[in-house]
Amino acid sequence: MKGQTAVNAALGAAGLVVFLALGEAVPRLGLVKEAYFPPASRIADALADEFADDTFWTALGDTLTGWALGLLIASGAGIVAGIVISVVPYLREATASTIEFLRPIPSVALIPLAVLLYGTELESVLILVVYASFWQVLVQVLYGVQDVDPVAEETARSYGLGTWARVRHVLWPTALPYVMTGVRLAAAVALILAVTAELVIGAPGLGQRIAVAQNSQAVPEMYALVVVTGLLGLLINVGARAVERRALAWHQSVRGEVAV
Amino acid sequence: MRRVLLRVLFVLALPVLLVAGWWAASDGSTNVFWPPLRTILKTFPDVWTADRLKDDVLPSLLRLTAGYACAAVVGVALGTVIGSYRRVRAFCEPVLEFLRAVPPPVLVPVIMLFAGIGDTMKIAVIASGCVWPVLLNTVEGVRAVDPVMAETAKSYGISGVARLKDVVLRSASPQIFAGLRQALSIGIILMVISEMFAASNGIGFTVVQFQRSFAIPDMWTGILVLGLLGFVLSVVFQVVERRMLGWYHGLRASARRSP
Amino acid sequence: MHALVVSGLRKVYEGSGRRVEAVRDLTFTVEAGELVCLVGPSGCGKTTLLKCMGGLLAPTAGEVRLAGEKVSGPPPGMAFVFQEYGRSLFPWMRVGDNVELPLKQKGLSKARRRELVSDALDSVGLSDAAGAYPWQLSGGMQQRVAIARALAYEPQVLLMDEPFAAVDAQTRADLEDLVRGLWRERGITILFVTHDIDEAVYLGQRVIVLSASPTVVREQLKVDLPDERDQLHTRVAPRFAELRTHVYEQIQSAKRGRTEAPPPGKSLT
Repeated sequence: MKGQTAVNAALGAAGLVVFLALGEAVPRLGLVKEAYFPPASRIADALADEFADDTFWTALGDTLTGWALGLLIASGAGIVAGIVISVVPYLREATASTIEFLRPIPSVALIPLAVLLYGTELESVLILVVYASFWQVLVQVLYGVQDVDPVAEETARSYGLGTWARVRHVLWPTALPYVMTGVRLAAAVALILAVTAELVIGAPGLGQRIAVAQNSQAVPEMYALVVVTGLLGLLINVGARAVERRALAWHQSVRGEVAV
Repeated sequence: MRRVLLRVLFVLALPVLLVAGWWAASDGSTNVFWPPLRTILKTFPDVWTADRLKDDVLPSLLRLTAGYACAAVVGVALGTVIGSYRRVRAFCEPVLEFLRAVPPPVLVPVIMLFAGIGDTMKIAVIASGCVWPVLLNTVEGVRAVDPVMAETAKSYGISGVARLKDVVLRSASPQIFAGLRQALSIGIILMVISEMFAASNGIGFTVVQFQRSFAIPDMWTGILVLGLLGFVLSVVFQVVERRMLGWYHGLRASARRSP
Repeated sequence: MHALVVSGLRKVYEGSGRRVEAVRDLTFTVEAGELVCLVGPSGCGKTTLLKCMGGLLAPTAGEVRLAGEKVSGPPPGMAFVFQEYGRSLFPWMRVGDNVELPLKQKGLSKARRRELVSDALDSVGLSDAAGAYPWQLSGGMQQRVAIARALAYEPQVLLMDEPFAAVDAQTRADLEDLVRGLWRERGITILFVTHDIDEAVYLGQRVIVLSASPTVVREQLKVDLPDERDQLHTRVAPRFAELRTHVYEQIQSAKRGRTEAPPPGKSLT
């Protein structure tokens, strides 16, 4: 198996190299207009310039602030709401239709409202991020609760465990893998919405920086920033998966939906 | 009978309460940003006339459909190829992981460079965002075909196109549909964003226009329309999915009953 | 001509620096219309052997010949019944379609396929189940569907890989009788792999006992019980007990690692 992993890693690296090579060759060969798609080396230069620029790091910090804060609020709210809905009798059935209606509403529909209320402040970003991420967490928590072994629940009840104790000892451990999945999905969504909010509304951050670059026709810079958001997204995806795996290493069985 | 009534009660109770609450809380509102629900609903038919439906809603939906369909076809086709060959998958994996991590709305300014601000741009944006969940889920679904099933097919000489059509894709379809569902939400977001960013018609464009001209009740009707759109499309998707994956739901239900 | 000839079959698994010789040297023949059972200790490569015979796995050395033709891929004259029926039947197709699917490869007309399908389902006692989905049926019924699918394929040789291991005892008894009944009716050649010694002796005309891994043929036994067998009487017959005990002893000593294999073809008289 180890030999297999090494081969895969080598192939993957080769893929990356080919990708970058294409990124360099295609514009230079004139297959695409250089004005639309600069060669990879030029993008790399612009990237280096960005890293040297203080305002870039401020923007990055702004994006990460919006992302982290929004994710935190959404996760907390999602977990609490999920547990409350699961524990209070009948609440689950009563809220099902509302959740099914509100969930598919694109959070970008709230952009005009956010602009009116908070302009380019952090709160605009948070409105969008929290709204979108909340559902990811909530839905996963509800899945997790559904997965609770009824026998375990019955046993706990027969030993006289109160609601809170049952939540702590039966519900939470079962739901934890799902919560982690939810937070992982929410983390990805939160980044997308944070950058989107900055892009469209103009709140400070990487998205807004991209919009500025586009407006001033600074094409290589724009691509460099796109690469940064991609790398950021990649880090978040990989990091979230690692955290999930570590936190669940001790968990016997991670069953359930595979949401990629 | 009683059970049906109870179910209807559960489905309607909270929404009715929330709407009534919204109505009551906003009724005497003089806040510019939070007009009374009554006003919003009254403005609704005035704003969303048949003409506007034709001029704005229809183009938006057509663009969404076009972009989504492109993404679905490309995603499933490429995903099948990548998922079928271990080497190809290993080769493509890091690049794909990077590309899919780029937040799709960020591609709007990029694609605008190539495609201007017309319909092509919007369809390209929607397609470029929707393709990733479909692609990655297809790869996963194709890769994870049950080995016993694969051997069965092999033992009966089922190969080539027949194997792809009757065994691999069918087996992967639940996973593919999961990708298609994610792609739908992304598609709607991108449809709206691309229109807010640069457009001359469309739902997103209209809503932003209202916001810029401070036509607040109109803006709210736009938000409601977007919400409704999201909901309706999600329902349509679920209906289609239930029909195509009826066997899968049945299989899971029977597995749950007897683990 | 023999229906099946296995000569010098050898399979070595290589992977990440380890070489595992699963099967060392298997040589035996199966005549047309025979019901032969293969038994051996756990992990003795029974499944590997069967997969090599069915063309699903390429042997490292040796060959398998079906009616004189060398087997290099799954031949149309062979049908396989797997142990995991739940994962072998396609859940998105109804039972009837599952049984019909392999027939489409054979280029048969729709009418003929329909005929074969209903005939096969009848002979396993599932004529009413054609419209159901496999997961709606019980385990035993699902395995019957898998058998029907194999039958409809009209194979010369039927390979069965511990098909009843995942089924409860009562159902297993019914299925054993079903297989024997179908065999007597249709005269197919059947190669039946099992770890259940009683089952092997009950079903087979001949029992091939395999050694532990690296596997060779340890002994071949002719089961000289009457052709008419039933669960109740045959299993208490003294001869059954003798044969069974002998096979059991062979397997026990195989497990202990004594690989002295008597010359092939020896039978216990």
